[in-house]
Order: sequence, then structure tokens, then C-alpha cells
Amino acid sequence: MGKLFINKYCHIKNNKVFLDGKLVFSDDEVHDIKPFLKSVYRFLKPAYNKFFKMDEISKLAYLCSEYLLQDVDLSAFNKDDIAIVLSNSDSTSITDQNHQNSISKEGGFFPSPSIFVYTLPNIMIGEISIRHKLKGENAFFIVENFDAGLLTNHINNLYLTRKAKVFIAGWVNINNDSYEAFLFLLSPCGKKYNKGEIEKVYNQHKYI
Amino acid sequence: MAYFIADNIISSLGFTTVENFNSLLSGDIGIEKMEDADIYPGPFLASTIDKTRLENEFRLLAHKYSNFSKFTVLEKLMILSIDDALSQCQPDVKSDKTAFIFSTTKGNIDLLDKSKKDEFGPDRHLLWKMAEEISNFFGNPNKAICISNACISGVLALNTAAMYINAGQYETIVVCGGDLVSRFVVSGFMSFLSLSDEPCKPFDKDRKGLSLGEAAGTIILSEKPSASKQGIKFMGGATANDANHISGPSRTGEGSYIAIKKALFEAGMRTDQIDHISAHGTATPYNDEMESIAIARHNLQKAATNGIKGSVGHTLGAAGIIETAILLEEMRNNTVLKTSGYKNHGVGEQINVSTENSGLELNTCLKMASGFGGSNAALILQKI
Repeated sequence: MGKLFINKYCHIKNNKVFLDGKLVFSDDEVHDIKPFLKSVYRFLKPAYNKFFKMDEISKLAYLCSEYLLQDVDLSAFNKDDIAIVLSNSDSTSITDQNHQNSISKEGGFFPSPSIFVYTLPNIMIGEISIRHKLKGENAFFIVENFDAGLLTNHINNLYLTRKAKVFIAGWVNINNDSYEAFLFLLSPCGKKYNKGEIEKVYNQHKYI
Repeated sequence: MAYFIADNIISSLGFTTVENFNSLLSGDIGIEKMEDADIYPGPFLASTIDKTRLENEFRLLAHKYSNFSKFTVLEKLMILSIDDALSQCQPDVKSDKTAFIFSTTKGNIDLLDKSKKDEFGPDRHLLWKMAEEISNFFGNPNKAICISNACISGVLALNTAAMYINAGQYETIVVCGGDLVSRFVVSGFMSFLSLSDEPCKPFDKDRKGLSLGEAAGTIILSEKPSASKQGIKFMGGATANDANHISGPSRTGEGSYIAIKKALFEAGMRTDQIDHISAHGTATPYNDEMESIAIARHNLQKAATNGIKGSVGHTLGAAGIIETAILLEEMRNNTVLKTSGYKNHGVGEQINVSTENSGLELNTCLKMASGFGGSNAALILQKI
């Protein structure tokens, strides 16, 4: 059995988008995630109307995956063999709070199904799967901080048990203080890959 | 090889797997009409746990453990559930060859309520924190692994545990799932108009939606079979995405079909070797129809199929764990339980949904699960 390699990686944080370590977009005029995500969308022009129905964290995950997979040809692989393994620390806490505000005892009772459906973190996996018709293995881990070991261990196990050949994996988190998306694409061709290499490319933008 | 060596279920029907199994054998239904303004402004149906018994049983635990601090309702349920499962096999929880994997959709979501906010610190509603508190309580040295993947979380956690044991990374993994009937979840599903106004009726012609339930469940997997119980091993497991819709299942059963196909591939088995299927069976019109299509696409129409959500409701992150624990007990007793709520066949495919408890030699069984986000999972177990 062959090895897995890093094909691409994309990091979005602090109003900047880095692709394979290079700055590809930034918007210093905006000071909030909402206008920033809109700004990235306008720049990318993916013409994907489902974007406007998503909550913020799904928008962030979607845009990061859009950068990651643009110009990538996965047609050599069966859609069942492309896995998505994501993680974060805050699950869907911002949308949870929105839903909670709509059902508070003080402020009136008006829960909305279009908000509630986004109170599950794996909806991000669902949105990326729908966009690219990916039908492989899924897993969403909740962990305090980005953990390359957790992700690479799960990925290696799925690969060695022949449950997937290509992996879209990483971290997408939003809380009241910050947001961050870091996704990488692994397949049987590309640059060398191991836990240390994932840590290295993640930490490239540590101080930005 | 990974073996299922101990299990526990805490639900409306009881505090152990055997209590739950016997209650299901008697046809008990734990879903009741409730009025609780803290949870929902009007009457609603749910399957809930006896909280007085919870407090009493939890107090008894104090004799066994020294590091007793303050725990939330869900944490108490999960600790009790783990404690019962550990007592059946006594693995070394303080060893780094033992890991804990947690499965939950919303964890301590009830802490978002303003009245409870400051009681447990600023980050106790975060799922990793809950997982950490529980694994610290048992003194496990490894970082707790927490999976939150909608309603397939439980089956995914079991598949993950078996995969890590098969790879030789751990000797024992304690898999614990739990979710509460909370204001958050009840009002969300109400807004979706997906709750039934009577105990839910999986696969029935008159099914009107799901019933919510709360539960905690634990299954312990080990590289060695149990010395005292019927040995049952993990044969194969997989997940797959429909890539179709975030809140509705595929009309062709695509993801579920793929998950079963991959689980069979790992198990090295054919579909005609499956004796019995424990379905997800939420009793929503679309889910049950979708499952019947996935089952039929594998030519599994003859396999005895059932589901327990008509008795205990949909217990979200606990569902895959407690339903697999019931499946293990069915295998030990060579008994297929009836499907509470099922009377008149109501799905397009002629699958074999159980209407009565019946004796059947059960060697190889399939557990199915599906959930929001287009997620699907399958797990195959076999007696040794």
C-alpha cells in the first residue's frame, strides 16, 4: 500500500487567506467575521447560492474547502473513497447561542428550523460533501486545541483499513473571540506527509 | 480483533442493559406526555430518566471514588453508566493503553440557560471539557476523544474504538454516549415539525415523526474477549455521506447503502450472512423509507429488522451506543425484540420488521444509523 501526501493546505484567520503558505487574500477594512466572509466570497466568485443559507461557521468551512479544492482534479478517485475528517473546540457555539436566544424564557419563543439545523458541527461536513458530491467516511472531533496527532492518527487508520484514499481534514472554529479554518488535502500523490509536517504547515501562520 | 466486553444503558426504562432489555421484552414504552415549562411552553412527548433515582445512585458512587466534585446531570448519567460497565470487566482505567471515547450531539447544552450559566465555570458547555471532566474522574491518563457527528455519533464512536484497537493502539476503549431532553433540543425539533404527537411508530403506515428521549450508554471494547459473557466481536464498520441534503436523507438510501457495503467489505462477508438488523428507525416519514431502500438494495429484505425508538425515543448521541448494547443483549439471548409502535407496514420496500419478540439464532448482526448532515453509519458484529 502506498503512502499519503499533502496536496494542498489552506489557512483562514485574522482577515487573511493563505494557500500553501502564501497570502492569497486579505481584507483589512472589515472588523468582523460576517463582512469578511462576504468579502472572501465576492473575491472567489464561486456562484454557489447555498452559501447564503449557511451559518457563519459553515460559510467559513465552505470557503476554506473552496480554496483547497479549486483546480484540484479528484476524478481519478471514487467519490466513496474521499473522506472528510474535521475538528474544533467550540462545536457550533455561536449558532447554539442564536438558537438559545430564540427560546429564552425572557425574550419570547420563536425557534427557527433554519438556525437549529446548523447546531451540529458535522453540518460543515455535509455542506462540503454536497458541494463536491463526496460520499466517503466522515468524522467530527471536538478537542480543546488543534491536534495534528488526533487527525493524522484517525486518517492513517482509515487509510490502512482501506476505508478512504483521499482526505479533506483539519480545523474550523469560531467563538466570541476569534475564528480560524485550516484544511488540508491528502492523497496518494504530492509532498511527504506526517504529523510533524501537518504541525509545521499549521504553525506557519501562528503569529498572524 | 476488537471484542464487546461490557455495556450499560441508562434510559427511561432502567439503569442497566438487562433492566432495559427486560423492559423492552415486556413491551414497555418510556415515552410519555409531559408538561414542563422549563423545557417547552406547551405539552410534549419525551422519554426521560428518573432523576430521583439518578441522584440516589450517584450518591452511592461516592463510596467508591475519592475525587468527587460537582457534576452536571448528563455527566452524572455518563459516570454512572461507565461505572456499571467497568464493574463488569475491571480494565485498568489508569493505564495509557485504555482510552475513553465520548459521543454526544449537544452535551451540557442545558448550561446555556442563564440560570445555570455560572454554576459550572465558563467552558463546561464545551463538549471536550465535559469529556475531559469525566475521563479525569476515572483517572484515565489519555486525552479524552470526543465525537460529535449528529445521530451517527454513537455508531461512529464504536467503529472508531474498534479501528484503534485493531491497530494495536489501545488494549481497552470505553465508549460512552449521552444526550439530554433539553429545552434546546425539544424546541429545535418542534420548530422542524418533526415530533410525533404520540409515541413514535417506526416503519409504520401512520408514523408521524420522531419522539425524543434521553439516555447515557457505555460499551467497552477490548482486544481480548470477555471471560464471563458470550464473546461478540467487531467485524466491520463504516460511515458515508449522502452528499444530498443537510437535513433530509437521500431518497435512494445512497449513504446508508455505501456504509453497509463498506462494513461488509471490511467484515469480508456477504449480505446473506446477516441474521438481524437493528435499524435507526426514527419514525420520520423520510428516514424509515430511506432505510428500507438501503436494506432492499442489499437484498436484506428477509433479515429480521427492528428498532427500539418506539420505546425509548431518539436519544441522539446515545442512540448508537444504547441500540448496539440492546443488539448485543439480543445476540446473547438469541432473541429479536419486537418493534414498538410498528403495526401496519408503511415503507415502500417489503423489509421484515419484527412485530413480536421471537427466538432466533443470532450470529451476525448489522447496526444502522443515519443523521443530519447527510451522515450514515453501519456496524457488523458477530459471535465468536
